[in-house]
Amino acid sequence: MSNHEHTANMKAYTTGFALSIILTIIPIILVLNHLLSKTALVVSILLAAVLQFVVQLFFFMHIRDGEGPRYNVMALILGIIFVVTIVAGAIWIMSFNSQVQ
Amino acid sequence: MQNSHFFVTGDPMIYGADVSIALVSVAIIFYLTYFKKWGWLWREWITTVDHKKIGIMYLISALLMLFRGGVDAILMRIQLAVPNSHFLASEHYNEIFTTHGTIMILFMAMPFMFALFNIVVPLQIGARDVAYPFLNSVSFWLFFLGAMLFNISFVVGGSPNAGWLSYPPLSENDFSPGPGQNFWIWGIQISGIGSLMTGINFVVTILKMRTPTMRLRDMPLFSWSVLSSSIAILGVFPILTVTLVMLTIDRLLGGHFFTMTAGGNPMMWVNLIWMWGHPEVYIVVLPAFGVYSEVVATFSRKRIFGYSSMVFSMIAISVVSYYTWVHHFFTMGAGANVNIVFAICTMIIAIPTGVKVFNWLFTMYRGRIRITQPMLWVMAFVPCFLVGGATGVMLAAAPADYQYHNSYFLIAHFHQVLIGGVVFGYIAGMYYWFPKIFGFKLNERLGKWGFWLWQIGFYVCFMPQYALGFMGMTRRIYTYNDSMGWDMGWAPLNYISTIGAFLMGIGFIFQVWQILYSIKHGERDVTGDIWDGRTLEWSIPSPAPAYNFAILPVVKGRDAWWYQKEEMQKGNVHKEAVKYEPIHMPNNTGIPFIMSVFWFIAGFGFTFEWMWMGIAGLIGVALTLFARSFQYNTDHYIPVEEIEKTEKARKNYGSVHRTAN
Repeated sequence: MSNHEHTANMKAYTTGFALSIILTIIPIILVLNHLLSKTALVVSILLAAVLQFVVQLFFFMHIRDGEGPRYNVMALILGIIFVVTIVAGAIWIMSFNSQVQ
Repeated sequence: MQNSHFFVTGDPMIYGADVSIALVSVAIIFYLTYFKKWGWLWREWITTVDHKKIGIMYLISALLMLFRGGVDAILMRIQLAVPNSHFLASEHYNEIFTTHGTIMILFMAMPFMFALFNIVVPLQIGARDVAYPFLNSVSFWLFFLGAMLFNISFVVGGSPNAGWLSYPPLSENDFSPGPGQNFWIWGIQISGIGSLMTGINFVVTILKMRTPTMRLRDMPLFSWSVLSSSIAILGVFPILTVTLVMLTIDRLLGGHFFTMTAGGNPMMWVNLIWMWGHPEVYIVVLPAFGVYSEVVATFSRKRIFGYSSMVFSMIAISVVSYYTWVHHFFTMGAGANVNIVFAICTMIIAIPTGVKVFNWLFTMYRGRIRITQPMLWVMAFVPCFLVGGATGVMLAAAPADYQYHNSYFLIAHFHQVLIGGVVFGYIAGMYYWFPKIFGFKLNERLGKWGFWLWQIGFYVCFMPQYALGFMGMTRRIYTYNDSMGWDMGWAPLNYISTIGAFLMGIGFIFQVWQILYSIKHGERDVTGDIWDGRTLEWSIPSPAPAYNFAILPVVKGRDAWWYQKEEMQKGNVHKEAVKYEPIHMPNNTGIPFIMSVFWFIAGFGFTFEWMWMGIAGLIGVALTLFARSFQYNTDHYIPVEEIEKTEKARKNYGSVHRTAN
């Protein structure tokens, strides 16, 4: 690895780290200070989580580099399918809860 | 934690176990010291990164765990054989069914499967090791120490007793205080992380480490099954990890994810754990399907029938298995729409599975069948799995499931698919590849005794349980009264079922005897191709040299070794002068073992809620990771002279180097 790439990486890691921290602190402040109504709060936490996911993919997971980017894309699609299944499935299945309680 | 509660006391069986554990430990330590084997153990086994040796260690652990889980099963069957039995107390019975289920799935089926992964996959795809040998060793030791952590709960602290999937609120602090439940959490957590790593390892190994001439569509079916199983592992084991962390937060830090109060939702646990738990059973059965495909082709002397439909159906199973988890809790009442979707998905899975069964039968059709030990188990599997699958479709019908739910009908069903599908497959695989790993065949006569005892025992044990389910016997009851037993007819069927369990136990003893007997008297494999096999692992000596392939094999299609043998017979293959090159191999390392010991310490500490110990263990884990990242001396080259020497010593083998490029 050349020295130039090394510094570029370092910069990417630092930026990613800073962004992740900011995206973590925002929901904490929102929750601790009761700044939003419940629905707005949940939506903003989810938004921060999704953004952080994207940040981590681009700054830490090397989604852009590698010789065979096809595997990266395939793995990413697979991962998204998993996540959507888990989240959407759980929300749908557990929605019965509102009828019971 | 008071000292008087640290050791489990009060039960004579447990004192007996204490004594035998102590005696065995002393005997092992004495043996290792007296014969000066400590260094050998460390150099050859504990620090090894060789996939073949790791596979052997997985195999031994799986057989030991099969023994423990089997003893649990026998104890339960003794308790249930007659009404009003006082052989086990109710609390003790709860502990035993919990450990039986957990051990059989997580500490028997999983390592047995990983044993086959490790032993077979690199040899079958023409690789010299897995993609990440270090990670492979980490996986094994995490599994092993996780399993040990779970098992010591038997004598220290008390066993978990909330069932193999430990539903809250029962598994929460309010109802299951004390270390038992924590043992369950940490034992599974630690070994589960190891399983996830193995999944990653084999996906990469199969995609990246195949010998360059092997296309994916020419890859043997067992390797395909490992790929589909590993992808399923990648998808679901993280869910297990997170779910266990959530329960840990509840129990250790006073969280409320799954509690009854403060907004907790116990059903969320059921939802999450089955998102892992259902694909998990497909994870363990897919490699068994792979074994059947290899064995049936070899012993019918035919290409597998419908190769592409086999691959397609395995991938379909691993995808659709994600969308069936609710069938474990139809009775939760999530609503008709939810139940319909998941019932249909569950039934859909039967289609690719049925395709596979037909393909195996058509492979046998007009084949020149040899009834060897692996083939026996395959032929026993087909009818057994057929019935198991059919009762599965019955259970999948959501409205009817309200009748079957948690009854012995369900118990009989899942034992039929897990024993008839998974265990028969792994045993077939063990017999099939045993000569490849150890260089000798397992004795036929003893094996047939074991086989028939298992088969007869299986049906005697589980067929009555279907009937018991219809008669209203529910799972996890520790005893039943006289009127249930005699007037309603539970007792005779339970008694018969217990006899069957003993027959299977005797079958297992025959298999152990068979292995011990064959070490000395088993038929030696001098050709490397003892079954007249079709795939690459049979083209190299048994046991394989450390580097597997002196020269990477050239693959021209499916069943590469079979067609190479045909070419050799026709005399089309010319002996060429072989030119070896130095082979790049990984170095042994003690870090995986040391790191896993720290995980064990951390798990033990958190189990007893000794935070200082848990945190110290985690710091140890971090330090070993840190040490590893500064380890630069991680690999070496095997020089050409050494390869020549090894290959010369095995000159009489039918050999790949005739087709060296």
